[in-house]
Amino acid sequence: MAVKKKWNLTASVAGVTFPNPVIAASGVYGFGEYYTNLYPLSLLGGISCKGLTLHKRQGNTPPRVAETPAGMLNSVGLQNPGVDTFIEKHLPFLKENGANIIIANIAGNTPEDYAEIAGKLDGTDVDMLEVNISCPNVKCGGAAWGISTQGAALVTKTVRAATKKPIMVKLTPNVTDITEIAKAAESEGADAISLINTLLGMRIDIRTKRPILHRNVGGLSGPAVFPVAVRMVWQVANAVKIDVVGMGGINCAEDAVEMMLAGAKAVQIGTAIISDPLAPLKIIGGLEHYMDINGIKKIDEFIGKVKPW
Amino acid sequence: MPYKCGSYHIIEKTAISAGVYSYGILCPDVAEIAAPGQFVHIKVEGFTLRRPISICDIDRRNGSIRIVFEIRGHGTRKLVDAKVGDSIDMIAPLGKGFTLPDDISPDRRVITVGGGIGVAPLFSVAAAFRENATAILGFRSYDKIILANDFKQNDVHVITCTDDGSVGIKGTVTAPLEAELVKGDVDMVYACGPQPMLAAIVGICEKAGVPCEVSLEQRMGCGVGACAVCACEIKRTLNDSDVSAETAGAETLGMLMVCRDGPVFKGEEVVL
Repeated sequence: MAVKKKWNLTASVAGVTFPNPVIAASGVYGFGEYYTNLYPLSLLGGISCKGLTLHKRQGNTPPRVAETPAGMLNSVGLQNPGVDTFIEKHLPFLKENGANIIIANIAGNTPEDYAEIAGKLDGTDVDMLEVNISCPNVKCGGAAWGISTQGAALVTKTVRAATKKPIMVKLTPNVTDITEIAKAAESEGADAISLINTLLGMRIDIRTKRPILHRNVGGLSGPAVFPVAVRMVWQVANAVKIDVVGMGGINCAEDAVEMMLAGAKAVQIGTAIISDPLAPLKIIGGLEHYMDINGIKKIDEFIGKVKPW
Repeated sequence: MPYKCGSYHIIEKTAISAGVYSYGILCPDVAEIAAPGQFVHIKVEGFTLRRPISICDIDRRNGSIRIVFEIRGHGTRKLVDAKVGDSIDMIAPLGKGFTLPDDISPDRRVITVGGGIGVAPLFSVAAAFRENATAILGFRSYDKIILANDFKQNDVHVITCTDDGSVGIKGTVTAPLEAELVKGDVDMVYACGPQPMLAAIVGICEKAGVPCEVSLEQRMGCGVGACAVCACEIKRTLNDSDVSAETAGAETLGMLMVCRDGPVFKGEEVVL
């Protein structure tokens, strides 16, 4: 007999309904295939798949990861099988394994690349596109589009014309004023904004004098970036009318609540999954507990409810 | 990959040389499915990244495994605070282990070649072949020697080398490996250790026409194949048909994941 829960975790982003607001972030979850032996994918609100490019990419030369205080640097460089293989092989796997909301994260060198990938995904079972204009680990494309209002606007406009799917634009924090970029994406038809991608960082081995990452610099993630992410989510949520999805160092249910108080309609979990594959489930359980002890029935009751001084 | 994720108890802890520790971990569900050459991924309190540590021995009857690791940095230094009776958060068994020929006839043999802490994952391979295995163990000096007696107690022929000549053969593992291969009858060489040592071993085995498997180390993230940070360059194109247009025609190398596709690879396959 199903137990009727006192609370409702249903989240809504860009008109898409998620059974709960906890989404596996792009880049830490592959296409869902590596965690199915621990728990069913249906327990997650959604999965943002590994960033897809038009063609297969081998990624950067290793080392691609370095530990940092309360976090890590990565420099994977969008290693992925390409959008066609995703549609043919990985998307059916996700559907067969009960994944709820499937978000395809897409990245291109040129606006035309983004449009072509979006066009290929338009007729598929993907629920939403996450337009990655924020990857710090590739030479061209990626964050190059996310650091100017013109770049963000152009890519958003091009993708908007190529698909009817809801589009969520993923922003980089490595900018002077993130609200300007968010507004540029909103003005060209983005349905939602997700943030933050990683902060550009560097570590050096003092013994060899070599940077630990082979590409010298990489993206910082983990609890270290959480306060930066909360600040930026709060700023963006106040600057745009479209939905905001928050991510960046969320490590526990309390962090997720904090991010939602700042204005996030849902949250993505990245580095915490690398530390603990069960982190998303612990966060969902913790959210239920928070709602239970506070007499909250729906997550809308606390989204954006921070009371600034 | 049917790995487990959970909390397990430490049932044995020994300092086996300066900065090198041996832990016995009670984990019947892991021991039941673990294979030589696989590894465990341990969460150390206060660190974001887990520490991958190779499995040294598997005791199915007692439902335990043994890991041997050295203090390399802050994380492993913190890990040695764990005492017998403490529990550790572990994902295991992970990765693809060594290929073990089903049965080896008494006139054929295998050689394991380990350098430093790289000796550890080779123990359960050599122990499986007993007197049909020769273990070449290389260390910097006599005080760095680990596990030599464990190999001997399992009837493995042991050849010890030290860089300074303080024990055994003076010099690296390559000269004794060449000498052993000349004797013939070797079905497989298994190796683990520093990258230059592995490169030399792969070269020697290729020349001798003996298949060789190497266990690699790389800075790792999730450990299960999802995050794509522990890449390893390989010498063949993964799949010619899906090479991107921009790289087609060029000398295209593939990338595999050390955690998922390894840590054990065919020697001739990897770029060392």
